[in-house]
This record gives sequence, C-alpha cells and structure tokens, in this order.
Amino acid sequence: MKTVEEIKSVIEAAIPGAAVEIVPNPSPSGQHSLRLAPSHAVEVAQFLRDDAELALDFLSNLTGIDWPDKEITEKVKVTRTVTKTVDGAAQQVEETAEEPRKHIQPGCLEAVYHLFSIAKKHGPVILRMRTVNRTDQVELPSLTPIWRSAEFQEREVFDLYGIVFTGHPDLRRLLMWEGFKDHPMRRDYVDPDDYEYEPTPHDAVLARAAAHKAATEGAAQEGTGAAQ
Amino acid sequence: MVEEGLKIELGKQGVFVTTIEELYNWGRRNSIWPMQFGLACCAIEMIATTMARYDLARFGAEVFRPSPRQADLMIISGTVTKKMAPQVVRLYNQMAEPRYVIAMGACAISGGPFKQGYNVLKGIDRYIPVDVHIPGCPPRPEALLQAFITLQKKIDGQPLTGEGRPRHLDSEAQGEFPVPEPGEHDLEPSSNKGVWTVPVVIR
Repeated sequence: MKTVEEIKSVIEAAIPGAAVEIVPNPSPSGQHSLRLAPSHAVEVAQFLRDDAELALDFLSNLTGIDWPDKEITEKVKVTRTVTKTVDGAAQQVEETAEEPRKHIQPGCLEAVYHLFSIAKKHGPVILRMRTVNRTDQVELPSLTPIWRSAEFQEREVFDLYGIVFTGHPDLRRLLMWEGFKDHPMRRDYVDPDDYEYEPTPHDAVLARAAAHKAATEGAAQEGTGAAQ
Repeated sequence: MVEEGLKIELGKQGVFVTTIEELYNWGRRNSIWPMQFGLACCAIEMIATTMARYDLARFGAEVFRPSPRQADLMIISGTVTKKMAPQVVRLYNQMAEPRYVIAMGACAISGGPFKQGYNVLKGIDRYIPVDVHIPGCPPRPEALLQAFITLQKKIDGQPLTGEGRPRHLDSEAQGEFPVPEPGEHDLEPSSNKGVWTVPVVIR
C-alpha cells in the first residue's frame, strides 16, 4: 500500500485546494494519519473510495476526540530595570529574568475515520477532521453519503461529543434520549449528582460522595433551622 | 388448627388436612410465571436456568409470558440504562397483582461495574419495589434458583389477612408507580419517594 506521504500527494494532485496534513504517530505501530480540511473532505473521501489503486471501500471505525482548551505555560526571558543597592548607593540596573507566561491553546473536537480496502486487502488509512472550536462552530461534513457504515457511528459521535455532521441523512441522538442536553464523552462533562448511596467509594467517587453528603446535610440543617 | 404431627399421621392414612391460607399460598408459589424480558448478559443465565440442565420448570415457573398482563414475576436480568428505566417501570405498572420482582445481577441491584457511568441507573429498586436481590456478575443459574426459592418462601409466609398480607389483598397498597421522565441531564425524579430510601452505610 502507498505510504501516507504518497496518498497525500495523490490527493493533492487529484483535488486542487485539498489541504491535507500528515499527523505522525511516533509509536511503534507508526500509523500516521491524514488531517483533512473540512471544506474538501467529501471530495477527498469520494476520491479515496473510487480511486482504482486505493479503493478504500470499507469504513471500519469512526470515533471522536475531545481536545479541551489547554493552558500552556512558557518561560519567556524578560529584561527589566530594577533599582538595586550597589556599594551603598541606589542604582538602576538592567536584569534579565525568566518569567512564566500563560496562554490558552483553544480546544476543538476531532473525528477519526479508519478506512480499509476489502478489494485490495490493505489498510488502514486514517483520516482526521477538526472542528473550529468546541462550543458553537462544531460542524463537520458527514461522510455517510460516501460510506454508508458511517451513519450510526456519526450519530454516536454527535450524541457523545456534540459534533454536528452536516449532510447526514438522519442525525439524531443514538444512545441518550431526545431532550438530553449534555455530551457525556466530553472531558468537561459533569454527571448528575446522585451520589447519595456509595457503599465503597474511592478516588473521584469518594470526593463526589463527600461533596454530596456535605451539600445534603447542609440543606437538611437549614430546613430544620427554618422549621424551628 | 391441626397439629403438624397429627397432620402427617393423617396423611399416612390418606387424609389430607390443610387450611385455606396454606392451599392458596401453595397454589400461588408454584405458578409464578415470569415475564419474557431480558436486558443484558444476565438474561443469558436466565435462559440457561429455564433449560433442561437447571430446569426452572421444577418450580412451576417455566411459562415465560410475553405480555405483562399474564406475568406474575419480573426478572430484571441485566443493566438498566437510564433510557430503558421508564419502560421497565411502565411494564411493571402494566403487570396485574400479585406481582413480584427479582433484581438479578450487580447492575440491576446497584448499577454494578457501570455505576459511575453516565447512562446506567444505580439499581432498579430506586423506582419499583424489589422482592429479591441477587448479587453476581452474572449470577449463576443456581443463584437464580435460590432467588426463586427465597421468593416462594416469602409467598408461603404471607398471611391472607392483617399485617403483611400480599399487596393484591390490600386495598390501600400502591398499585401504580410513577414513571420517571427523561430530563435534560438525568431521569426525573432520580428515585421514587417511599419506594427507595438511602440505605445506612455501616463501616
């Protein structure tokens, strides 16, 4: 099978303007993936399926990734003027110091597609697509028109991560019910506070159970206080 | 009342002496028809229990009814997801009295290994009264048979009048249980009042 570099050049030759980026995988498996620009993703997918040599006719797996906003701390060298007492007299001295700077790398949501070819017996080719952010611009083009097996898995990713697949024939929640508001697989999901009975709490559950106990006992004491 | 020894002695002579209560409970306990209804992997063990090797028919309970109207026993065999819980409560409401519930397996009694998951109910006893809980993941068919025998003993011990009589003879007993509504973040309410109280944890 072609390497990812070859696939990238084939795609870029066939579809002008398709911005394909190689995401290297440093692990021993070395399964490098291709990040597609959402604007050209459907065309690229169509090409990968219909190309005689690649013939990626089978979508094996589709999953989502949540990349939360990440705070990055860097050390920056700063020069500043400091008043110092040198030999008994105050002097203006220039000093370089390392200062931590924080900036926030904005998060996004990512969909990952694993493709194989049944006709050519090769694979996987891994495609990735990223949304602009994880709050309001969460649309990605649906690849269900290209690979029919994406239908339920895209619904699942929509349900659990909140990626909206435009062009999907039937985008409804799959595992959770209609009217459910959260996306449980996101890193910042907080599950409902039903920690009233935890016989064997440990770690995070212990903390939640203790918080629940404190909150309910506080409420109960306030209630009895008001009654008296 | 006839003494136990005299009863046996009369039985040897071919005279059978009983009470209405005994006869009534004997009939009830030997014809518990479960509902044909499985939720997860525990259902496979439940099916195995009905088959020839373990043979639930020995207890008069082999007739799995596909309709809640004809069933006496609901075996909650497996994980109850929050999406499924309203349907389980609705099915229980549709069953006619006398009705019993066996919560089978770790998931049905507490949520089991999925307890802290976002989509699993932490035990069906939050919404409907459960007669017998069986731990195990999944419980072996013998455990389900044990639960059956426990339920039969419970039925046998029920008087027909007064305190502790079965629910269908008690006009005050609660017949219908509120079906939880799927809310924006969780099922509402998270448990039915009066059915489930927070157990006291003793450490």
